Amino acid sequence: MTNTVPPVSPVTGRVVLRVKMPQKLRNLELVLLIVALGLSALALALVQWGALGTLDWSLLTYAAGLAGLTLGLHLVLRIVARDADPFVVPLATMLNGLGITIIHRLDIAAGSSGWEAAGVRQMAWTAVALVIAIIVLIVVKNYRVLLRYRYLAMLAGVVLLTMPQWPGIGRTVNGATLWVNIGGLNFQPGEIAKIALAIFFAGYLMTARESLQKVGTTFAGIRWPRVRDLGPLLVVWAVAMGVLVFQRDLGTSLLYFGLFLAMLYIATNRVLWLGLGGGLFVGGAIVAATQMSYVQGRVQGWLDSFNNEVYNAVGGSYQLVQGLFGFAEGGFIGEGLGQGQPDFVPLANSDYIVAALGEELGIFGVFALLALYLLLVSRGLRVGFTGTDDFGRLLSSGLAFVLALQVFVVIGGITLVIPVTGLTTPFLAAGGSSLVANWIIVALLLRLSDEARASVRLEAGVRA
Amino acid sequence: MIAPLRRVGIAILAMFIALFLSASYIQVVASEDIADDDRNVRKLYESFSAERGQILAGGIPVATSIPVDNQFRYLRTYPYPELYAPVVGYYTLNQGNAGIESALNPVLTGRASSQILDQLTALVTGSTPEGASVQLTIDPEIQQMAFDALGDRRGAVVVMDPATGRILAMVSTPSYDPNRLAAHSTSAVLSAYNELSEDPGNPLANRAIAGDQYFPGSVFKILMTAAALESGDYTAQSEFLNPAELPLPLSDKSVKNSGGRLCGGNETVTLEDAFRLSCNIPYAELGLELGETAIGSMADDFGFGATLEIPLEVTPSNFPRGLDDAQLMLSSFGQFDVRVTPLQVAMMSAAVAEGGVLMKPNLVDEIIAPNLRVLQSYEPTIYSRPLRPSVAEELTRMMVRNVSQGVASGAAISGISVAGKTGTAETGIGDGRSFWFTGFAPADDPQLAISVVIEGSSSEGTSNSVASPVARTIMEAVIER
Repeated sequence: MTNTVPPVSPVTGRVVLRVKMPQKLRNLELVLLIVALGLSALALALVQWGALGTLDWSLLTYAAGLAGLTLGLHLVLRIVARDADPFVVPLATMLNGLGITIIHRLDIAAGSSGWEAAGVRQMAWTAVALVIAIIVLIVVKNYRVLLRYRYLAMLAGVVLLTMPQWPGIGRTVNGATLWVNIGGLNFQPGEIAKIALAIFFAGYLMTARESLQKVGTTFAGIRWPRVRDLGPLLVVWAVAMGVLVFQRDLGTSLLYFGLFLAMLYIATNRVLWLGLGGGLFVGGAIVAATQMSYVQGRVQGWLDSFNNEVYNAVGGSYQLVQGLFGFAEGGFIGEGLGQGQPDFVPLANSDYIVAALGEELGIFGVFALLALYLLLVSRGLRVGFTGTDDFGRLLSSGLAFVLALQVFVVIGGITLVIPVTGLTTPFLAAGGSSLVANWIIVALLLRLSDEARASVRLEAGVRA
Repeated sequence: MIAPLRRVGIAILAMFIALFLSASYIQVVASEDIADDDRNVRKLYESFSAERGQILAGGIPVATSIPVDNQFRYLRTYPYPELYAPVVGYYTLNQGNAGIESALNPVLTGRASSQILDQLTALVTGSTPEGASVQLTIDPEIQQMAFDALGDRRGAVVVMDPATGRILAMVSTPSYDPNRLAAHSTSAVLSAYNELSEDPGNPLANRAIAGDQYFPGSVFKILMTAAALESGDYTAQSEFLNPAELPLPLSDKSVKNSGGRLCGGNETVTLEDAFRLSCNIPYAELGLELGETAIGSMADDFGFGATLEIPLEVTPSNFPRGLDDAQLMLSSFGQFDVRVTPLQVAMMSAAVAEGGVLMKPNLVDEIIAPNLRVLQSYEPTIYSRPLRPSVAEELTRMMVRNVSQGVASGAAISGISVAGKTGTAETGIGDGRSFWFTGFAPADDPQLAISVVIEGSSSEGTSNSVASPVARTIMEAVIER
């Protein structure tokens, strides 16, 4: 690929030079991807061997199909984003593969097979998510176009967030109104909403940064923001509180508000915003905790989990404690894949999937899992550091942060760090909407990292 | 933007460190404490899939685990279901455990601390740890005889070796089939359990040591007589007034002797004759004179009010305190709030038989590791010394006369001197009666102490016609074999 006439980058205006370089990054990605696929296949086979004593070839064939699809994603990257971060796809693949393995393991315990089996559906959803990720990569050639659609993104985010409450399609599952059902297809729109909102926040903060940072009246030694600059913070806070009260979902509420606050802080570098926002949220949550029984139940279940009364109460700590038993049984090295009894924990394949992993793979497995997440998050943050424009940097660090926060909220909930909230474990938990959303995040991070790295290399190339 | 981003990165790192720490705490530091919780059903399933030790009676397995081809790997099987169910109990998936299966669960599953070496070996060699076997003190022949002698009547029999406290037979009827509760289907177990627990015959209760307990009625006179003689203020010849009835203080009711008769033809009656004829009025007088403190302390010496583990948990028998005179009088012949287990009654006879020494009753002989090493053997231990030897001797003489010349004649065996006492207690429900016999034989060299209780009604006869023959059958068979 040699361009005789250097094209002009639309926003930065820098001279873009395509320099012929061996595709070292993509080759590294390929090697890592093969390792991730190999480990996933091994885990899947071990689960079957451990629990059934035999191998189910049809399932392994599906897995091979999925492996083919991830290699397809890799090939697409070689063409449309050859400078993209090489670690992101292998990390996401490994997480997704582990998730399928554990869900399949629970299917074996439950005796479900075919389309009834959550593991098979998870594989199908993985295929869908991978295809969507590929489409996103191809369609969004330049992430800056997203900036243009920031208000559309906001609208989409709000619509998606409120959809579960629309009459006719909204569904309440386990007390939380998180689901919609359209034509028999269940769907958690909140998962997609987090991407839309991240795009909106990045776009809005990029334009409002200056005024949020600098304008305001100084009083008592602190520069207070103007009332109209407070507006968006109050709106997001109100939405978060609305989710908490009307959808009865502490986790989602915390996730969106946390995302906004983190991005606001990154954009402005003003602790004041953190203090104001944090205060608002904590205040609201405390009011909710004293007024709403479900929040109270969660807090009590967290503080006094093993108390028999709390344990047996409706909405009490039964599930949490069962999850803890699973973790505790796992110990150092775990019971071995397919050897434990993770099916004793209710919802083991969604909210409590990490407890199932902890039981069969022990603290080693849990540490490895957390390390995978931490690496993935750090790849996203890295784009935040190296990106060339504020929008891209805000968006990528926002996406990375929301991933980290979600992992913290859900795993922290089932390991007694914080009260339990209903959030899905990214890439792991059974559920299509979550998988699709997380693979879209992967696609966006790939796109963002591709441009960040390409421009770095360009500058180097120009200097040389 | 770099500085805040870096701080956000640090915050993320802190969040993950919190997760690392909490996971380490749960999975490593506190994992044993958490996993040992009773509510962790994994332990139950684990113990199901380990080969549970056998329970043996005289070397014959009465509970054993047979290999099956499902996730639990072994099915608990009871070859003599009704005969041993009250002793052996059951071990269920979802309805708890009972009997020896429950009391010795740690050794049966191989998790007791005495089996730690075997556990370690199993861990290293990769084999499944096996549970230890429990050898009961039950003599299978006597158990079978006692079970047959009770037949289809409701009641209980306890046979003890007075010299060692070993329980040779423990029967409670109606019994049940614990195999139904050992099923590997939780719904089958639940329906069997519900059916048994709603059965009006209450088969799940071990009437010998638990259940609703019984009024002792006249068998309590053994304890009363013991208290009188032990006080030193009375002898067998001490005399009591012999009215036709004795009014209860502050009440329009009165105490009568059985059948409303006088106790012999004289104005007074000796303690010995009152015992032999089992009269209530003299004992009500004796009770008032002795007072509840003296009676109560004798009851305590015999084991009333104490928690006993044999290792099955025995419901403590009760002699009430804080009695007014009327209550004390009624209590003196085993009514009012006096409650006993058949084991407690057998213990009274055993103490008299053993010259005033009460041996601690015990159901388990040895615990044997899978490699046949004896992990624990239960040596006879003295529980208490309620009677001086001279008092025991005098009481034995009185109990022998009760059988040879008194109201317990139905237990007499030709050529053998039998010591015994009957009792017919009113249950307070309609004309319900608890028919008792307790005693020991041969009186001069006791081989066994026994208590028999049969639930019935006044129309079925007297304790001497209902309970004594059952006891006699068992005693005769044991002595003659």
